[in-house]
Amino acid sequence: MYTITEEILTTPSGDMVINVGPQHPATHGVLHLLITLNGETIKKVEPHLGYIHRSIEKMCESLSYRQFIYSTSRMDYLSAHINNHGCALAVEKGLQVEIPPRAEVIRVLMDELTRVASHILAWGALAMDLGAFTPFFHAFREREMINDIMEETCGARLTMNYMVPGGVMMDIHPNFQRRVKELLKQFSEKIDEYDELVTYNTIFINRTKNVGYLSKEDAISFGVSGPSARASGVSCDIRKIYPYSIYDKLKFDEILYTEGDSYARYMVRVQEVKQSLSIIEQLIDNIPEGDFQAKTKAVLKLPKGEFYSRVETARGELGVYIVSEGGMTPYRIKFRSPGYSNLSALDHMTRGSKIGDLIASMGTLDLVIPDIDR
Amino acid sequence: MWNLSDIAKSVDEWLNSVMSPTWVLVVEMVVIGVLAIALFAVLGLVLVIMERKVAAYMQIRLGPNRVGPKGMLQSLADTVKLLVKEGLTPAGADKFLFNLAPFIAMITAMLLLAPLAFAKDFQIWDLNIGVLYITAVSSLSVIGILMAGWSSNNKYSLLGAMRSGAQIVSYELSAGLAIMTVVILTGSLQMSEIVKSQADGWWLFKGHIPAIISFVIFIIAVTAETNRAPFDLAEAESELTAGFHTEYSGMKFALFFLAEYINVFIVCAVGATLFLGGWMPFHIGNWEGFNHVMDYIPSSIWFFGKTFFLIFVIMWFRWTFPRLRIDQLLNLEWKYLLPISMLNILVVTLIAIKGWHF
Amino acid sequence: MNREELQAYLGGLGSSLTFEEGGEWINLFVDPGQFRELMEKLRNDEQLAFDYMFCLTCVDWKTHLTMVYHLSSTRYRYNIVVKAKLDRAKPEIQTICDIWRTAEFHEREVYEMFGVNFIGHPDLRLLILPDGWEGKNPMRKDFEDPVNMIKL
Repeated sequence: MYTITEEILTTPSGDMVINVGPQHPATHGVLHLLITLNGETIKKVEPHLGYIHRSIEKMCESLSYRQFIYSTSRMDYLSAHINNHGCALAVEKGLQVEIPPRAEVIRVLMDELTRVASHILAWGALAMDLGAFTPFFHAFREREMINDIMEETCGARLTMNYMVPGGVMMDIHPNFQRRVKELLKQFSEKIDEYDELVTYNTIFINRTKNVGYLSKEDAISFGVSGPSARASGVSCDIRKIYPYSIYDKLKFDEILYTEGDSYARYMVRVQEVKQSLSIIEQLIDNIPEGDFQAKTKAVLKLPKGEFYSRVETARGELGVYIVSEGGMTPYRIKFRSPGYSNLSALDHMTRGSKIGDLIASMGTLDLVIPDIDR
Repeated sequence: MWNLSDIAKSVDEWLNSVMSPTWVLVVEMVVIGVLAIALFAVLGLVLVIMERKVAAYMQIRLGPNRVGPKGMLQSLADTVKLLVKEGLTPAGADKFLFNLAPFIAMITAMLLLAPLAFAKDFQIWDLNIGVLYITAVSSLSVIGILMAGWSSNNKYSLLGAMRSGAQIVSYELSAGLAIMTVVILTGSLQMSEIVKSQADGWWLFKGHIPAIISFVIFIIAVTAETNRAPFDLAEAESELTAGFHTEYSGMKFALFFLAEYINVFIVCAVGATLFLGGWMPFHIGNWEGFNHVMDYIPSSIWFFGKTFFLIFVIMWFRWTFPRLRIDQLLNLEWKYLLPISMLNILVVTLIAIKGWHF
Repeated sequence: MNREELQAYLGGLGSSLTFEEGGEWINLFVDPGQFRELMEKLRNDEQLAFDYMFCLTCVDWKTHLTMVYHLSSTRYRYNIVVKAKLDRAKPEIQTICDIWRTAEFHEREVYEMFGVNFIGHPDLRLLILPDGWEGKNPMRKDFEDPVNMIKL
């Protein structure tokens, strides 16, 4: 965060300095970018963060291992399930607890539904950033179905808090399987409509092709992860390279593009929706019977040590780093949020391009600001 | 059957019978002024609700549905809201220019109403250079936008105004050249002449492929000239928040908003007049029976029907296309549309000289 | 290389390296003086190629601060953790943001949250905290803010 003074806004060379944000339609939240412009050409992008920093890491230091998971839904609210999953995994590593197979399948199903919901929202929001309003509403049609499924089973639509150390909080709703199948049917009918509306649109292609280029080396160096890195050819899907839960038993492809431009980042997301749907299809009829939660003690205590779990959220790699002193609360927690690293590459990606390209790059990085600010 | 020209004529006769010709002129001018403003208000309301309903239909939602039957009075309620809102002027703004700009935008739009033929023999001012007048006056609208952008003392506004200036000045060329093709084919700049020349078929069909090309170019260029998506770079919500009217509020904002819709109406009316025959019913060559049936539909219905069809097309663009980038926008004009329309005008000239058109 | 081989190989990279047993990955303690040299080796060694830094953080142990760097190799899929103990009164360490560019933002975060001074960082300013928070270091264990902090 930064106080704006007159000296900052006027540069000696006569370049124009504009504040994009903290309240700006394209930043999807309260991201503040101080951009230096020469005409319409961007010379520098300087992010200023902290407008919704809640210091979740500090808060977690005084919360128990059961409680702190709930605050993580509020980080990347579009992949709340996956955040919870990452935290649960880290705690389970310390507890050495065996997760019942039913719970694992439910967890993966929820993760993938979340990923689909997040990616189609990113799809709609990108189109809206580029000036096409209609796709946003079409995206919400399917997203609402997913939210309804979540609401039925988890009791919430956005911050679900469904996963607990040892499994999931409660069993799935009896309607769950039927409604997920309805969703799959709906998607198989509508996914082509998505492509027709946006993917093959000439203006859209012109706006995103060769825009916001990020090379493979830069992507690795900037710590970019998730779909944004896979568009640059970095194989970084944690579900594939360090499989957690039951991902090693599932059949799905890691989508890799080598172009590294905004269009590739967009395409990775569209293809990943299809992959996630195929994972859901594999699992939805094969939910094993049994417990949905392992038996754990009422008060969880992790042994002294460090526990790190990595999960693939819709935006990239989420790392949960727990330092335990053996007590009821974590001594230190660090969330390695994907958005924070992805944002750091924005300046490098957009220098020398136009304002419209900045919007396209930002849209395809799919930034969620609470994830960056934590 | 009642039609607008008869009503106008009887009003004129009645006025002439009760007062001197000078006073008749004065009274008629006042009446026309009031009618023009009333038309503006009605058009604004109708177009806003139409846009919202069209958008809602395309976006699988209902749109406004609370105020009045099926939400049809929503834009009236919005107008009342805008009227009672405070019109803020930023502290750093050039107050005179800031407050003048919306009126410039509005007055330009109003001036453009003069040569439009709304129905058979129903026109405010049938001047003999109607088409030239429209191209000339419509280019004034950029002054209002530049004025608003500059005087707001806001960088977003300034960027929006700069974009708008570059855009309108460039696309005027293509729009002008597209209009010229019809002028060449007709041999007249007068609106009524252009309409009359389409009695046996519209220029879109009579003028072979070059007329279709120039019609398409005309639609693209006027969409850009009225700052509508996919060429809404001057407003570019996701880039420049609201572009040149970022700092405007209340009724001053409403005037810009209204001017945009009126401009859309006017360019569509011009397009309908030049390419789709204006108030002229749909006639096919010598099919007397068919032409006779078509004549039963009042000419004002023909005019507004065609105009609103074009407006719908432009709205359709807005809700389906993403926005272009500024360099792509200028490339499209200078590298594609302008050369094509220049070539096109040569072909049309050849057609007109040789008399190959129908 | 398996874990033992990797540990043996890493042991040969510097003299002051110590390993911490346990944990999911190899934990490597390095003296802050030799830190920069080691990190360059880890990045550029053809046998290791730790090109991806996925986490950078700091832990306040009340007696000292520990910088924690999680490194990964996209070529060989190795993961290691590099740690460096810093003096709590005057924490200083060489920057690595020219080796891994992601470190630029992460180091700025650690700078404002823990007060660690990264020598050679090009733009060490507050990133998340508002103006006037210089030197307050809210993530340290002894930070007190009677207004904004609620003790549970």
